Amino acid sequence: MRAVQILVDGFAISSLYGLAAVGFTLIFGVSGVLNLAHGGIMVVAALVGWAAAAEFGFGTYAGTGLGILAGLATAYATYLIVVRPIQRSRAIRPEETEIFVLTGTLLWGIMIQVGMAYLFSDNPVTIRPLVAGVVNILGVRTPANEILIAVIAWSLIGLLWLLVNRTRTGKALLGASMNPRGVTLLGYELTRIYFVAWTIYGLLAGIAGVLLASFLGVSTANTGQLTASAFSIVVLGGLGSVSGSLIAAYVVGYLETMTAYLVAPTLRPIPSLILLVLVIYVRPQGLLGRR
Amino acid sequence: MPIQTEARRGLLAGAVCAVGLLPFSAFAQSGDTIKIGVIGEESAVAGASITKAAVMAADEINANGGVNGRKIEIITYDNHSSAADAVRAFQRAVSQDKVVAVIGSYISEVVLAIEPWSARLHMPFITPGAASNLISKAVHDDYDHYKYTFHGWLTSAFIAQAVCDYTKDEFVGLRHMTTAVVMSEDAAWTKPLDEAYLECLPKIGLKVLDHIRFNPDTSDFTPIFHQIEDAHPDVIVTGISHVGVQPTVQWHDQQVPIPMIGQSSQATTSTFWKDTNGASEGVITDTAAAPGVALTPTTVPFVTEYEKKFGVTPSYTGYATFDMVHVIAEAIERAGGATDPDKLVTALEATDHLGTMGRIQFYGRDNQFTHAMKYGPGLVTTIAIQWQDGKQICVWPHDKANGEITFPSFIKLHASAN
Repeated sequence: MRAVQILVDGFAISSLYGLAAVGFTLIFGVSGVLNLAHGGIMVVAALVGWAAAAEFGFGTYAGTGLGILAGLATAYATYLIVVRPIQRSRAIRPEETEIFVLTGTLLWGIMIQVGMAYLFSDNPVTIRPLVAGVVNILGVRTPANEILIAVIAWSLIGLLWLLVNRTRTGKALLGASMNPRGVTLLGYELTRIYFVAWTIYGLLAGIAGVLLASFLGVSTANTGQLTASAFSIVVLGGLGSVSGSLIAAYVVGYLETMTAYLVAPTLRPIPSLILLVLVIYVRPQGLLGRR
Repeated sequence: MPIQTEARRGLLAGAVCAVGLLPFSAFAQSGDTIKIGVIGEESAVAGASITKAAVMAADEINANGGVNGRKIEIITYDNHSSAADAVRAFQRAVSQDKVVAVIGSYISEVVLAIEPWSARLHMPFITPGAASNLISKAVHDDYDHYKYTFHGWLTSAFIAQAVCDYTKDEFVGLRHMTTAVVMSEDAAWTKPLDEAYLECLPKIGLKVLDHIRFNPDTSDFTPIFHQIEDAHPDVIVTGISHVGVQPTVQWHDQQVPIPMIGQSSQATTSTFWKDTNGASEGVITDTAAAPGVALTPTTVPFVTEYEKKFGVTPSYTGYATFDMVHVIAEAIERAGGATDPDKLVTALEATDHLGTMGRIQFYGRDNQFTHAMKYGPGLVTTIAIQWQDGKQICVWPHDKANGEITFPSFIKLHASAN
């Protein structure tokens, strides 16, 4: 019984972790950007979604949609206001660009958190479940919303796979992650590719944010934790590796769920952080990393 | 050397303000307004009512001629739920804004940080919402030093008593329940609360099957609810204040079939109904008062006016703050208009005020809860409310109740079904 509970609960949260981390790893793969404002983007989507749905009366679906758009807009803002100016700056030496981007996005993330806390307070908010009710899975009472979240997460990951492997744009994305110079020689404009990558990322982070709000609830105080969990998943899976991130999302999700059930809910994030430290020691490139 | 810089900046700011305030302080000494500092938690569900209710009380007192002809001026501060910010606000209220008393905070950790400053600076201080027993224990143990602090809300021991009182009548008596699980957030106010729960629940006939304390940072309550369900209790008795939205929404979405009762501080205001999208339906909590429940002649007019002004109902801290501003005003009147700290403390000790929560008096020096608000019949007893269809329905005590307890369909009442 306990095992089934862990299997069911771990699956939903892991799928959500996976969805949030895939976009994060994609922009790292394509443009070498580690976006430490990641949690901020998810939180903006969740809070705007909640406010639109509950405060301004748009209803659950329209509110959720607006939340996703807000996440996308924040991702664009992150790219246009913070990342691109740093990447293009002549004052910053090329080998130092990544560290400046890291610092810039970290500070931007804090600005988002403080700004959102000012507008919405730091109380957790929840978006009404997209579907109500519970379903019995092998004796475990599971909210139907949790199942829907897993289905949405996997459908999106599937779509992303199709996009990357079956379309010209996707292949250009893949190419840019392997050899940016080669892609430009083939006549692709890198700026356009980056823009596509940030669009995909913004949508995925926004969707993950609103889904999390309808699943567990989100507050501005979670910003750092959300960035940290995506960061650990991506490092564990191997920076830039989409499939590595997906595997790592499940490792972290199940490790957390098992800790919460079998040890104590308060210790939930600890074992996966220990695992992360071990991976950095033993296999710094991560599970499936190339770099 | 950030400390030095900050100190220097502080000195500079102090000097500038001192010069700027010169004409005002001369004016104040001539006896114009009585300033009361009010430190609230503006972004917390339960703490946001503090400053709002204080201003309403001052407006009411001023409209009725003030205190011995002097008007009350409320100076508000936001502590952002931080003890450090609260202590700074307290110091500023005393040294810069020249208040005669401070009302502040619903968080025990914050109040326990302010209390020594109230002692050092000899500044009368009342909390309208913190609960830890340690606040009044300090006054009892070292009266001469700590006598400036008053506890304008129930101590954790009395909150647990109130919860046990209504649980006995409603759940053991009427619904024949026999078992409970205690679920509390890990915080200063819940330590004495849980101790008292574990003592009084068995006494009223509820066996405590499990006692869960969780980190206030917890976001996924699923494992906790599964652990509770595995123990098969008839009821969950909560002690939550810093958290509220997430456990309540997850309890509702996961359709945990066990009633949730106890003390859920955020559920005392209608903000909570909105924040949970109505998932609080069926939740029962202890609170100071509620809309439409005439505990005293002033309760309903206050709630109605507050709701009209701010669009939400006050949390329990709103009622307490409103009453405490009146308590201070009356104490100054009793002291013949004197605002000297020691005279004010003596006058506050003689408090006998019929407020929105009930009849307010403070325990004396010999009681273990020195300067805490008295609990009991004819004084403040609190009420139990249940969220029903977006409204707070008073379900206990019966002479005040305006509705019956009813639960959402996913709740299975074990004992009554047997």
